[in-house]
Amino acid sequence: MSTDSTRKTVLVAFGVCLVCSVLVSSAAVGLKGIQNKNRELDKLKNILSAGNIPMDNADIRQLFNEKIESDLIDLNSGTVVSKNNYTDLLNPETFDIKTMAKNPKYNRTLNDGQDIAQIKQIPKNMVVYWVKDQGNVEKIILPIYGKGLWSTMYGFIALDKDLATVKGFTFYEHGETPGLGGEVDNPGWKKSWVGKKIINEAGKLEIEVIKEKVDPTDANSVYQVDGLSGATITTRGVNALVRFWLSENGYGPFLDRLKSGEMQ
Amino acid sequence: MSKMKKILTTPVFNENPIAFQILGICSALAVTSKLETSIVMSLAVTFVTAFSNLSVSLIRKHIPSSIRIIVEMTIIASLVIIADQIIKAFAYDVSKQLSVYVGLIITNCIIMGRAEAFALKNPPWASFLDGIGNGLGYAVILLTVGFFRELIGSGKLLGFQVLPVYTEGGWYVPNGLFVLPPSAFFLIGLIIWALRTWKPEQVQED
Repeated sequence: MSTDSTRKTVLVAFGVCLVCSVLVSSAAVGLKGIQNKNRELDKLKNILSAGNIPMDNADIRQLFNEKIESDLIDLNSGTVVSKNNYTDLLNPETFDIKTMAKNPKYNRTLNDGQDIAQIKQIPKNMVVYWVKDQGNVEKIILPIYGKGLWSTMYGFIALDKDLATVKGFTFYEHGETPGLGGEVDNPGWKKSWVGKKIINEAGKLEIEVIKEKVDPTDANSVYQVDGLSGATITTRGVNALVRFWLSENGYGPFLDRLKSGEMQ
Repeated sequence: MSKMKKILTTPVFNENPIAFQILGICSALAVTSKLETSIVMSLAVTFVTAFSNLSVSLIRKHIPSSIRIIVEMTIIASLVIIADQIIKAFAYDVSKQLSVYVGLIITNCIIMGRAEAFALKNPPWASFLDGIGNGLGYAVILLTVGFFRELIGSGKLLGFQVLPVYTEGGWYVPNGLFVLPPSAFFLIGLIIWALRTWKPEQVQED
């Protein structure tokens, strides 16, 4: 059979595709366990880094267990879910935002007006993390996510115990363009969030990622964060997702309850 | 055997893919801000060139000319995905820094170029060595650039502080330019100059 006959061409094409697909899928399936473990560890690392906890050479999991306590909350009512009501899925250990947001039993669909972060469905529950020092809450770390240009960006925002000052900000998963939107990982930019106020004295949500650089002489500069140059859509996405999660549709009810001193 | 040795070593200094053939510049600029990412990227590219050359060479007598390029691309793309999966499993932090550039090995001209220019005409073992050789040639440049960029740009090597930086009480003021991709252009330019002074036969007449 000549190499250039139609039959041979189809056979070779089919054969190459078959062999390649088997190799690719076995690599993907075989390594999935290790990759998930890495992702999990990376998430813990990001929680620690949002809480500004130094972690040089320490065992991440051990450090996490030492410094951080987690609670499952109900977003709508803002209450903490009692440990007695934990199930396999509703548990801070196993809670997975993506699975829960997709599960009709555990999610809530946002209407167009609410969905500024463009995520359509959110879980009814979320896990929040407390950074405690000798039993007293120092910081609270909230998971946040929303759409950027190419991807959904998942991250954390850490608030001071006054519930108004940002203490840390980081994304642990995104697929934005390296060098442009990918600069959400830039340590300098992440640090620029620290010290910003999310609400004004009257309690109104004011935090904002603006399009240009923040003018430090502006009276509002304490509520403003620099936009990322060359990444308009990503910047808008970050702005929207932060404002969404801190609003009444996100952690609003929970933060209100904390402020009124109902919880400790 | 000396012929095999020649196949392996020629691409390292005499016909270096970056410095002589001027291929694969894009990733050489993007991933060399640190030595660690340079090492992982070099390993990934060497793995892909070696095995794509080997596989293309193994079936070279059966590849119909009408779908030649597509067959090569399928093989290369599969190898790149496998390399990416392995890096994600065993060097997760580095994989986050390399981000899309591992996937972009698919478009690295070195790999396609070697499959077309060498593997289609030569037996598997020679093709495999040619792939390793070209991977090494790529690695030599990447590691040199990565070494200088990390050292000059942040005073570190593999993340360890080598030159004490002034912000931490030392004397060294890091040169911020070397953290940015354009500095790799200057470094690669200097390497090409040095290489062509050492081996004048590489100079191309215009």
